[in-house]
Amino acid sequence: MTTSLCDRSAHALAALLKAGEVSAVEVLNSTMERIRAVEGRSPSTAPYDPQPGDEDRVHAYITITEARARRQAEAVDQARLAGEDPGLLAGIPIAIKDIFCVKDTPSTAASRILENFTAPYTATAVERLEAAGALTIGKANLDEFTFGSSNESTAFRPAPRNPWNTAFVPGGSSGGSTAAVAAGEAVLSLGTDTAGSIRQPAAFCGVVGLKPTYGRVSRYGLIAFASSLDCPGPVASDVTDAALMMNVIAGEDRRDATAARVPVPDYTADLERGVRGMRIGLSPDYFRLRYPDPETGELREQPVLAEIEAATMRAAELLAGQGAVIVDDVPMPNTRFGIPVYFVISRVEAASNLHRYDGVKYGYRHPQMVSELRELYRKTRKGGFGPQPKLRILMGMYVSGAQYEQAYYERSLKVRTMIRADFDAAFNPAGTYKLDALLTPTTPTTAFMMGKVYGDTVLMQYADLLTVPANHAGIPGISIPGGLAQNGMPIGVQLLGPDFSEADLLRIGRTYELCTQDAPWRSVQPQVLTKGS
Amino acid sequence: MAEKIRGSAQDEITRSGFDHLVELAAFELDEDEAEYLRGELNGQLKSIAELAAIDIPEGIEITSHGVPYPPQTRPALREDEAILCADSDLILEQAPELEDRYIVVPDIPNEELS
Repeated sequence: MTTSLCDRSAHALAALLKAGEVSAVEVLNSTMERIRAVEGRSPSTAPYDPQPGDEDRVHAYITITEARARRQAEAVDQARLAGEDPGLLAGIPIAIKDIFCVKDTPSTAASRILENFTAPYTATAVERLEAAGALTIGKANLDEFTFGSSNESTAFRPAPRNPWNTAFVPGGSSGGSTAAVAAGEAVLSLGTDTAGSIRQPAAFCGVVGLKPTYGRVSRYGLIAFASSLDCPGPVASDVTDAALMMNVIAGEDRRDATAARVPVPDYTADLERGVRGMRIGLSPDYFRLRYPDPETGELREQPVLAEIEAATMRAAELLAGQGAVIVDDVPMPNTRFGIPVYFVISRVEAASNLHRYDGVKYGYRHPQMVSELRELYRKTRKGGFGPQPKLRILMGMYVSGAQYEQAYYERSLKVRTMIRADFDAAFNPAGTYKLDALLTPTTPTTAFMMGKVYGDTVLMQYADLLTVPANHAGIPGISIPGGLAQNGMPIGVQLLGPDFSEADLLRIGRTYELCTQDAPWRSVQPQVLTKGS
Repeated sequence: MAEKIRGSAQDEITRSGFDHLVELAAFELDEDEAEYLRGELNGQLKSIAELAAIDIPEGIEITSHGVPYPPQTRPALREDEAILCADSDLILEQAPELEDRYIVVPDIPNEELS
């Protein structure tokens, strides 16, 4: 069992740091030592040439910013010595998904087109984390522009791998973030979730991932994918850490007109209050869905993996044992349309956001002389974009074309209303179900093997089947570790709640953690940490 | 892998339609890449075909984002004031080619209007 500082939770480290039992520099050193042990060689955009050792390393980061983190750690230690309060996350190592601009760091979106872009400003969420004393360890790898659910589409390879078994993907798109936290290469990470990009990789890597309510956390400085769906949020090793991080990043921001003016509670205050009397729903529509058969690709009605269903039902039993009221058979009939609608809405928004990459103002420009501007665009995009951004632009343009807009885009926005209405009915305090939360599996399957799905964009998209409805509806959702499958890979269970109910979701999640703290699977560690020990 | 939900016979996006999209997007694709992307596009369109069959109740409004923004939670718009960027050099430094603080681009095709 590893007992390094970098394996401790943020709240445990915060207590040790406050008591003066360890220094921020010691915490940083422990994290850097772990990175040297498990991370592997730095990724690059050069054509991928596999090397011995690549396949058993994690490859969570694109850029490691050790000098920045060291300056921050020294400042935290000095502040503490001077009797000052260095902040809520003082001395806690954090990985920032490389979709956030962080001043003076390469901010690449895992794309060649931004490989040489050094951000001239810092995203609000990151600014708040650094102001709270967090140590910015580096920029975590991701799918190119967040477009994927496995991290295999990154232009920076070797791509991240799953610390539980490096033959498997970490999920995506915040896969570098969740792999880093699972492997102790960071204690926390800031991710983003557009269809499940925090929760799905959190489930695959056995960590906690929270997608806040849309508008709860500012998007300023986030390189946009689908602006009506993108949500920054925490990746952490436990629920308390996710709550702690929310205390820092949540709240209005004059630089983001969608950051809601809703007071930020202390998300750690009620974590231990239990769930007595809370109403938690189960919906058959989250256990049996239409999605492509993983072997044949055929779209058909099928159940989620039996072990995942069993873990979710066990969570319901445990919560009932703590006094929660479990409400069965909550109808969520429009869940199945989440992916088709997402194929339309997210692509239209992505196409709109990606047209700015043209080789003119910043980022990659085709290095040879060209005769005219449009040729510059074509050559720049050819060299700068991988297949996923190209595909998303083409799809977005097609479904928003004048002749198809009503059939696809407008229709999808109406179906989105119907998806939202399912949640409104389930959570309505005066309705039939009066739910505080809906309990579901996070994913239909556990992590898949590297190379098994990548390339098939339809099958890959369906990895977000159970997470994407929350993005359409704007509501918060959290994935928490719910056990291990027979093959040793983690299972995630998900809680979804009404707008701005993050505190309740965290409280239910914390109750579940307490119920399972002695379960044998809790003491199993990811393979990369036990190999050779 | 997903051949069963593909099928070139009923492809919605033909090669010529695809080439038009590629031109509009200002892309330049290799032949293999073009065929892969067209195949995936058609696969995605097949998987969203069920949208056409959804019974959408009369009068349902569109949702542009899920969370409502009533006046009490909607951020007030800022005054429309110009604020000088303190680090404009940092931004200009990102430009691939500069001349006297102007960004250089190749010729922009144009026609003389008569």
